[in-house]
Amino acid sequence: MLPYIGRRLLATIPVMAVVAVVVFLLLRLTTGDPAAIIAGDNATSQDVAAIRTKLGLDRPMAQQFVIWIGNVVRGDFGESFFFKKPVSQLIAERLEPTLALAASTLLLAVTMAVPLGVLAAWRRGSWVDRAVMGLSVLGFSVPVFVIGYLLIYLVAIQLAWLPVQGYQRLADGVGGFVQRLILPSVTLAIVYVALIARITRASVLEVLGADHVRTARAKGLGDVTVLVRHVLRNAAVPIVTVIGLGVALLIGGVVVTESVYSIPGLGRLTVDAVLARDYPTVQAVILLFSVVYVLINLVVDLSYTFLDPRIRY
Amino acid sequence: MSVTRHLPSLVAVVLAVLALMPPPTAAQTTLRVVMHSDLKIVDPIWTTAYIVRNHGYLVYDTLFAMDAKGEIKPQMLDKVDVSKDQLTYTLTLRDGLLWHDGKPVTAEDCVASIKRWAAKDSMGQKMMGFVKDMAVVNAKTFRIVLSEPTGLVLGALGKPSSNVPFMMPKRVAETDPNTQISDFTGSGPFVFKKDDWKPGDKAIYVKFDQYKPRSEAPSGLAGGKVVKVDRVEWKWIPDHQTAINALLAGEVDMLESPPHDLYPVLKADANVRLFNSNPLGNQYTFRFNTLHKPFDNPKVRQAVLQAFNQEDFLKGVIGDPTYYKTCKSFFPCGSPMAATKPLDGYLDSNFEKSKALLKEASYDGTPLVLMHSTDLAVLNNLAPVAKSLLEKGGFKVDMVSMDWQTLVARRAKKDPPAAGGWHAFLTSWVAADILNPVMMGFLNASCEKAMFGWPCDKDIEGLRDAFARETNPAKQRQIAEQVQMRAVQYPTHVPLGQWYGAFALRKGVEGVLEAPVTVFWNVTKK
Repeated sequence: MLPYIGRRLLATIPVMAVVAVVVFLLLRLTTGDPAAIIAGDNATSQDVAAIRTKLGLDRPMAQQFVIWIGNVVRGDFGESFFFKKPVSQLIAERLEPTLALAASTLLLAVTMAVPLGVLAAWRRGSWVDRAVMGLSVLGFSVPVFVIGYLLIYLVAIQLAWLPVQGYQRLADGVGGFVQRLILPSVTLAIVYVALIARITRASVLEVLGADHVRTARAKGLGDVTVLVRHVLRNAAVPIVTVIGLGVALLIGGVVVTESVYSIPGLGRLTVDAVLARDYPTVQAVILLFSVVYVLINLVVDLSYTFLDPRIRY
Repeated sequence: MSVTRHLPSLVAVVLAVLALMPPPTAAQTTLRVVMHSDLKIVDPIWTTAYIVRNHGYLVYDTLFAMDAKGEIKPQMLDKVDVSKDQLTYTLTLRDGLLWHDGKPVTAEDCVASIKRWAAKDSMGQKMMGFVKDMAVVNAKTFRIVLSEPTGLVLGALGKPSSNVPFMMPKRVAETDPNTQISDFTGSGPFVFKKDDWKPGDKAIYVKFDQYKPRSEAPSGLAGGKVVKVDRVEWKWIPDHQTAINALLAGEVDMLESPPHDLYPVLKADANVRLFNSNPLGNQYTFRFNTLHKPFDNPKVRQAVLQAFNQEDFLKGVIGDPTYYKTCKSFFPCGSPMAATKPLDGYLDSNFEKSKALLKEASYDGTPLVLMHSTDLAVLNNLAPVAKSLLEKGGFKVDMVSMDWQTLVARRAKKDPPAAGGWHAFLTSWVAADILNPVMMGFLNASCEKAMFGWPCDKDIEGLRDAFARETNPAKQRQIAEQVQMRAVQYPTHVPLGQWYGAFALRKGVEGVLEAPVTVFWNVTKK
């Protein structure tokens, strides 16, 4: 297994290199000039030119790339054009809200979706099955921001149960931290509940028809034992795969949810940086997201060996 | 053992404990505000961005300030002596002015601050063209000696909008003007909490207890800056709907610029009120690129003045007439230099006249590359209205849609429109930035040195110089009118009317001042 992990980790290097080149080129080819944005609307052309020189944007593109990639290899992601802070520090400051939102969303989605999917499969064709699948279609179809605004209107404004927006750090109190995470997590979790519930249902249905399940039932095992010991474990591989893939979707969802709920996380940082053409920040955040995505895929692949003893690397 | 016997000792113990307890602290009053933008940069000299200017008014003080009548009044100054020949200005600071680190504000600090500001600001540069010397007389007094009289000194040093000549300690003001400052010590009514500043989230300001306000009542940006809240928190909520929801739920106290289309939602809530704090408002403007055909020909630009009318633009973007007014003047109506006469007979959508002018100018049907900014609600509908009116007036128009930041980058390009350049775009100016011919950047017709669009006209430049030299306000007004007459003959841009935005305030927030800039002194919160 260790050589496999080593090979997979080595394989991330060319992936990262491609991501780095593409992100760098995309940003430089996109119209817009960070120097003009920084200078403000009343600035003269001379002011803009001075800022461009200061930021090193007047250098040839190839030279800019070599300087940037050289620094990245040394672990230096540069300084944000706007915030005048090291990008790594900016990312560190924004990591907690995004991690908290992503973790609570995944937790909520998995704890709701897996039982719902199993229940739908177990009661196939019943009203429970139809209700779960109907709600799944709804969860897929309604955009995240619509769900967000609806929840804010009902829960935060009409009922005044939870705050409309914002984030409280864990260190500043667990109560406020949880209170401010509930609505964003529910908003973001709905689409994952729909996705994971459907896959769980399909996967469990497939295993329910397998010979070993019939044998287990014939041996006189109870429904719960059959479901937990013989069905779920065998149905887990596709479920874990879709949870892993969901993390990629989560990155996109976090951007929207953080904007709707005004959470100062990595999603908001990405949007702000893209709008401001803050090249060093965008490059670093995209690289970070890519690393996370590659690593999650690796973890998912490795988890197969625990879930299915037939899989060996 | 009876209780009564021990009562005196018990009382004594209780009193002793009470005496040792800390005195009850008064509840902190925090004003939570959603501003129009996130605070990413904190050097108000380095950038002209309005959010940084607003930050500047909290943290720094100014030598002069504009009052509600548009007059320039001393702010940090106690005495202003002008010599009879109007060549020497002797400025004396008020007593008791302190920096946030407790050190006194000195004349040396002010001279260094003026120098840094003037290196960046176009009006400052113009003023410095008249300055022969700036000398420190003593700790509180300095002298500005001019090579020839100018009416610019007070106007420039009392400039209300970007770049504002904010005073900074000498050690800060000596920073290269093209490098951002990293020490945020000011002498203004609030202290910036650098460590609590989270770009993309919030900026915090606390009351500067040692600030010494003027004794006069506040008026515009002038008068006594009496702080009546302990803390101001700028919370950045980029999504308008979320910001409004936060206000309705009482999580914030004030929105600086809610979008016009959501005013009905705010008006419907009994706990919220709308307040127009800026009576001069803003002006919509159509800017020409005079470098390329057909706008290199003034007659073609005059045709645009004939094709346009202001009402269509204002209705198309703002909608509610409560928040706009037509104003056929290059300078904002309601300001001292406003003159409507020069634009009589223009801006009436006279398409026949427009077509006749195009014929006279031999317009060959070259499509105009009109840049359309799509992401700012206050600008979005301007370009489609312009396209429609221009086409009715005989132009061909190629409207190119883009986000504002792309437009900002493209407008700096001098390339031909077909090769990535442009012919025209529309924008909005805060009225406080365009109060006279020297301040109004779009009237700068100094060719290469002019703002994007690069108009080149000796007559306009001559009049702007004459305005700068003139010290008599009545004569300045005459020159301002002449500039506008010339700007009709040689159009540099087209004024498209004034519009107003309102603050949305929670019930209990009072004392917000009418001023061209959002300021937080005098504001109370119950």
